[in-house]
Amino acid sequence: MITAGLALEQAPPFSVPLRFFLTAPLFLLLAAGLLLWQGPDVFTSRWQPATLALTHLLTLGFMAQVMLGALLQILPVVVGVVVPRPRLTAALIHLPLTLGTLALAAAFLGGGSSWFQGAAALLGLGFGVALLAILIALWRAPVANETVIALRCALGALLVTIVLGMLLSSVFAWGWSFPLFDLVHLHAGWGLIGWTVLLVAGVAYQVVPMFQITPPYPAWLRRGFAPLLTVLLAIWSICMLLGWQVVAGWTSVMLAAAAMLLAGTTLWVLSRRRRKIGDPTLNFWRASMSSLLMGAVLWLLAPWIPAWASAPQLELLLGVLAIFGFAVAAINGMLYKIVPFLSWFHLQAQLFRRVKVPNMKQLLPYTSIQQQWWSYLVALLLLLAAVIEPPVFGYPAALALGVSSGWLGINLLRVYRIYDQVLRSAPPLPSAA
Amino acid sequence: MIAIAQFLADEHHSCDESFATAEEAAQTGDLVGCRQRFQPFRTAMEHHFQKEEQVLFPAFEQATGNTMGPTRVMRLEHQQMRQTLTEMEQALTGSDLDDFLGQAETLLILMQQHNIKEEQILYPMCDRMLGAAVGPVIQDMRDLPAEPLA
Repeated sequence: MITAGLALEQAPPFSVPLRFFLTAPLFLLLAAGLLLWQGPDVFTSRWQPATLALTHLLTLGFMAQVMLGALLQILPVVVGVVVPRPRLTAALIHLPLTLGTLALAAAFLGGGSSWFQGAAALLGLGFGVALLAILIALWRAPVANETVIALRCALGALLVTIVLGMLLSSVFAWGWSFPLFDLVHLHAGWGLIGWTVLLVAGVAYQVVPMFQITPPYPAWLRRGFAPLLTVLLAIWSICMLLGWQVVAGWTSVMLAAAAMLLAGTTLWVLSRRRRKIGDPTLNFWRASMSSLLMGAVLWLLAPWIPAWASAPQLELLLGVLAIFGFAVAAINGMLYKIVPFLSWFHLQAQLFRRVKVPNMKQLLPYTSIQQQWWSYLVALLLLLAAVIEPPVFGYPAALALGVSSGWLGINLLRVYRIYDQVLRSAPPLPSAA
Repeated sequence: MIAIAQFLADEHHSCDESFATAEEAAQTGDLVGCRQRFQPFRTAMEHHFQKEEQVLFPAFEQATGNTMGPTRVMRLEHQQMRQTLTEMEQALTGSDLDDFLGQAETLLILMQQHNIKEEQILYPMCDRMLGAAVGPVIQDMRDLPAEPLA
């Protein structure tokens, strides 16, 4: 066994993950702006151009930003390997991802084929670099623990999602011909159920027991969930493409059951936590897993209730629950652990024993988190209501989304400002004097 | 035979438990209870660090011939945690439960990201590298007396 490549300490420079974390809330704000601009019509069908633009501002602009930035940060911790050339790699992911997301939103909003071409090129570059860098790191992992298994499956699903996205954009960019609707279903399935659920699951196994001090997730779930979900998605995709509707239907039932299993287990584990104090991220985990559970139940029930099965609101409700409920809540909560801790960690590393470094609560008071949590919850409920009654709740939902995401951005920026002030006010190193 | 990974992960979990009780006392404003619960927690943490630093890490370093690798980082992180524990102690001396809770939040993340590295990577490597020496190493850790805090 080689131990020389093992790099337990090599946390990348703070700027590597931070750029992703500070950019992400801006995309939520853009999404809110788009909702205000386009009005409640966005909530009438998932196939509208503005709705597609909105979806990708959330999934690429917010979710993928934070997920990739966090992966660059946590790989040394959970896998024991470091991503090579971290600054360059981060720049080559962050910049194309940011510009590509904007280009794609503009393309959906009527930019035309050249915008789709630009978006495909930029996003292809950003995700290509990310996948390459992270896969190389995972390949070199000294121990194949359950997180490594989940991450490998999640990245495989991301690769499928990106390839499908590229094929879809080629339809609009270069006029290639593909079965559009099937590919969109597969693209969304691999992106949300594959990449997102698997990544959140892999992270949850680690951080839920550790930060809430709960019993561990059952070992069979930690080992088996990611491979099972990946196989189910593959079977479901093949059946969809071959037109085997019955098998595809049963596979999707099993996918929903798997999602319920993860959500149910997490809620159960949380209910048995030893840490009774009100950790503010607890609320975000609960909202995230409850949304996943509700989405899966809705998905299971819909085929049996004819009035639901054909309603355009069903897919939109599933979208709001999966994206803004499940994914955004988990990410929002995690950002409140990651950003203050990294600020503390880097201050500590640079100022060890010269200055008393502010603690996590001084960097980000609980009350700030708690207030933003309520604004998030209001936004989630209003977005769900807006799907049912667009004319009544459309604008309030847009405003609530703007408030919640602006607040998140301000909270994170405040942490960074304190970090910066403490660093500047520190006395110079004795050796430099 | 018990593995190092199991033996030391159990110690992590028991430290987590006593951390939670001390934090809970601070949260409810129970200064006396918090002091009572923090002391055994800090002692248990220090004893755990010493078992690793005086028994496990030297055995790993000898088996791999590598003293600048993962064990060096683990020792550094132990120092960071000791520093934070000292600041928690100072907060209790000054009856400042708010400061104590802020330090506790910091310690929790510091401790847990450290535990992830040990439990997922370092301990399984120790079990593999040490082979037949695993049993004696665990026994030595069991036998190590707790040194008083500096």
